[in-house]
Amino acid sequence: MSSVAGDSSLFTRLLPFFGFVALVALLGFGIYWNTHHEMTEVPSPLIGKPAPAFTLPLLYEPEKTLSASELLGKPYLLNVFGSWCPTCQYEHPILTGQIKPLGIKLIGLDWKDDPEDAKRWIAQFGNPYDALITDREGRAGIDFGVYMAPETFLVDAQGIVRYKRIGMFTAENIRDELLPKIAELTGKHAKKGAP
Amino acid sequence: MIPELGQFALILALLIAAVQCALPIYGAARGSAALIALARPAVAGQAVFVALAFGILTYAFVTQDFSVAYVAQNSNLALPWYYRFSAVWGAHEGSLLLWVLILNAWSVAVAAFSRRIPDATVARVLGVLGFIAFGFLLFTILTSNPFARHLPALPDGSDLNPILQDPGLIMHPPMLYTGYVGFSVAFAFAIAALLGGELDVAWVRWARPWTNVAWAFLTFGIALGSWWAYYVLGWGGWWFWDPVENASFMPWLVGTALIHSQAVTEKRGSFRAWTLLLSIFAFSLSLLGTFLVRSGVLTSVHAFASDPKRGLFILAFLGTVVGGSLLIYAIRAPKVAGGKPFKLLSRETLLLINNLMFVCAAAMVLLGTLYPLIGDAIGAGRISVGPPYFGFMFVLLMAPVVLLIPFGPLFRWASADWRASWRALRPALILALAAVIVAKLLVPSLALRGLAGVAATLWVGSGIVIYALMRWRNAPRGKRYTPEMLGMILAHFGLAVFAAGVMITEASSVESDLRFAPNETRTIGGLDFRFGGVERAQGPNFVAEQGKLEVLRDGNIVATLRPQKRQYSGGGMAQTKSDIDPGVFRDVYVALGEPLADGAWSVRVYVKPFVRWIWLGALFMMFGGFTAAADRRFRVLPERSDQASAGGTQRTPSPPNPPLEGEGLRA
Repeated sequence: MSSVAGDSSLFTRLLPFFGFVALVALLGFGIYWNTHHEMTEVPSPLIGKPAPAFTLPLLYEPEKTLSASELLGKPYLLNVFGSWCPTCQYEHPILTGQIKPLGIKLIGLDWKDDPEDAKRWIAQFGNPYDALITDREGRAGIDFGVYMAPETFLVDAQGIVRYKRIGMFTAENIRDELLPKIAELTGKHAKKGAP
Repeated sequence: MIPELGQFALILALLIAAVQCALPIYGAARGSAALIALARPAVAGQAVFVALAFGILTYAFVTQDFSVAYVAQNSNLALPWYYRFSAVWGAHEGSLLLWVLILNAWSVAVAAFSRRIPDATVARVLGVLGFIAFGFLLFTILTSNPFARHLPALPDGSDLNPILQDPGLIMHPPMLYTGYVGFSVAFAFAIAALLGGELDVAWVRWARPWTNVAWAFLTFGIALGSWWAYYVLGWGGWWFWDPVENASFMPWLVGTALIHSQAVTEKRGSFRAWTLLLSIFAFSLSLLGTFLVRSGVLTSVHAFASDPKRGLFILAFLGTVVGGSLLIYAIRAPKVAGGKPFKLLSRETLLLINNLMFVCAAAMVLLGTLYPLIGDAIGAGRISVGPPYFGFMFVLLMAPVVLLIPFGPLFRWASADWRASWRALRPALILALAAVIVAKLLVPSLALRGLAGVAATLWVGSGIVIYALMRWRNAPRGKRYTPEMLGMILAHFGLAVFAAGVMITEASSVESDLRFAPNETRTIGGLDFRFGGVERAQGPNFVAEQGKLEVLRDGNIVATLRPQKRQYSGGGMAQTKSDIDPGVFRDVYVALGEPLADGAWSVRVYVKPFVRWIWLGALFMMFGGFTAAADRRFRVLPERSDQASAGGTQRTPSPPNPPLEGEGLRA
């Protein structure tokens, strides 16, 4: 045992390089995946199809439920969140400050979460939602194809999914993506709240 | 007009960076003194223009020039003047400019404080730094121009993200960047050594103080970020293993390994290839961190706008810099291990274990951070590993470090007498065990983690104190503590303090959410909290609902806390602002929840014992880094192995004076 390098061949000394090439390949893939999944706007096979049926208990009145069919007639946003999810915490002020003023119905789906934690979370940060439902086992999440939180679905008055956002909303993508989509659905008074 | 001057300055800086990179390196290879001499003026020139560009962007913020798109997006008329300065680095474009500015500051420092180093080496080092600056300037100009106009000018801007409107955020990015950009200097020295083929130990000695200073800044930057997250996010946590936090933590871990490995290489000549590799890794991870933050491949709370063009550019740059340097390493690295032989029981072995553990920890964090990507790549879907993985793995990997760290300074180079060290450390062990028993008696509810924390703290802390006392007794006056050694003592002591903070806080924090009616008093964690209701408060650019809570102990008011829920005027964003009563042994932390019926509010109350120790420990480590870097040895002995006749210092190149090395410590 004299030194870590030992008497090394060119191959051993190239090992760090090979490792790095693998890392770059992975990161390149990451960029490819991202452009593929965010820029081309086909993030979900659900777009243009009816939202999956769900009947889920309300967070504050678990004996009552809300189902997809009750929401027909007006467009709404379904925001998937969890008290365990730090990004949701960052998205929260944006929901309160920028999405709520849009006047569209905002449903919170508390996903894979302990309802008590969720209540505490809402108590601390505030409640921007018009209704809060819980999906403790994540069944509805599977139907919706949710694989991370936050995710947000825009569903129109006929119950068709029009748009899906993976990850948190930012001022930019509210302006560039969400507002035009809402405008399509609600027609004239859609400019309200636009910058 | 003025913003265009800023852009012009950036372009000039880019051109000078190209010169600073290409000509001195070529000159050093050819032995052309004229080209070598170009390096320092080029550094100065580039720095002037980068500083000018940065100054112009700051000026645009201060004068509220909303015709500059970046200014309009990140500030508004109501923003207080002090945040207009920090708003410069409040988003992507400006923080990139800050990155380049800091790189220039490092380059200027290297140019200024390298008079004793051969000119050809300095030319190569500055050339490598020039290459990095070139890449980042090109990136700024091509994909992220901070001076882009928005015409006609907007009447008012949007707002600086409210979570960034905080004094902690004025300091956090500059300190953090100073740290991880600083690793570029160690990197540049390593590449310069490889390019020049001068792989003796001289370059390591030159690089050491720079590495220590960079590491100290990085330590401070990370600690500031953690402290900021603690008191701003309203969540009471101090570390979230968020991808961007990890991005700064990985260079820190490898940097920690590097400063230890440099010590071995410089003093004993061993681990040469390893030190080269770690120098490359530390800076590569800084670049990787930049990539992860800027490219948006990982969804993160730090949410910089993601743009695939930016991602591709940085990836290409990362590939060039790191791939290129690893190839140079493969071709030029020493083929035969050098250095003095050492036995299994020796300080070298302990430092090797340190290196392995820290590098494994960095690899573990890298793996966890990239896990979502790996999941996609193998078609398993995007899966994340959270704090449970990181927390468990990190403690597992650090446990051997904590166990062995007191032996480090006591073990001698080459061959150590473990019995002597063990005898010396027995009091530390006894103290640690006694403290565990006392802690268990005083606080019967303390969890195992807390007890482990107490033991670790006493073991590491008194271990290092024992070492300091032995030096005091055995070393001759005036030679007791070199700055390098003092730095080590401080940093290791800091680790003990840090461990106490982490383990005790994690094990014994009290967290509760309570409904408070006006004037109601409740008891939490041995303290009484009296709720004085909520009123409106007006800030410079926000309105807030402000609660009042009096904290009482035995009927006496200890503190009055005023947590707020703020509504900012600009972007309409809301922000919870907690209030904290800080203390050495516990923090009381309150955050305002929601209004309930009859004037009652829900309030989140934390009592967090020892939480300050986390940052206090980090401060000790930082001071340790600075102190070690200040050692005169790095400056007084120039080690000009190629032209040793120059100065009056005719010492043999290898190990410096033995009395400083822990000799004569057999108690």
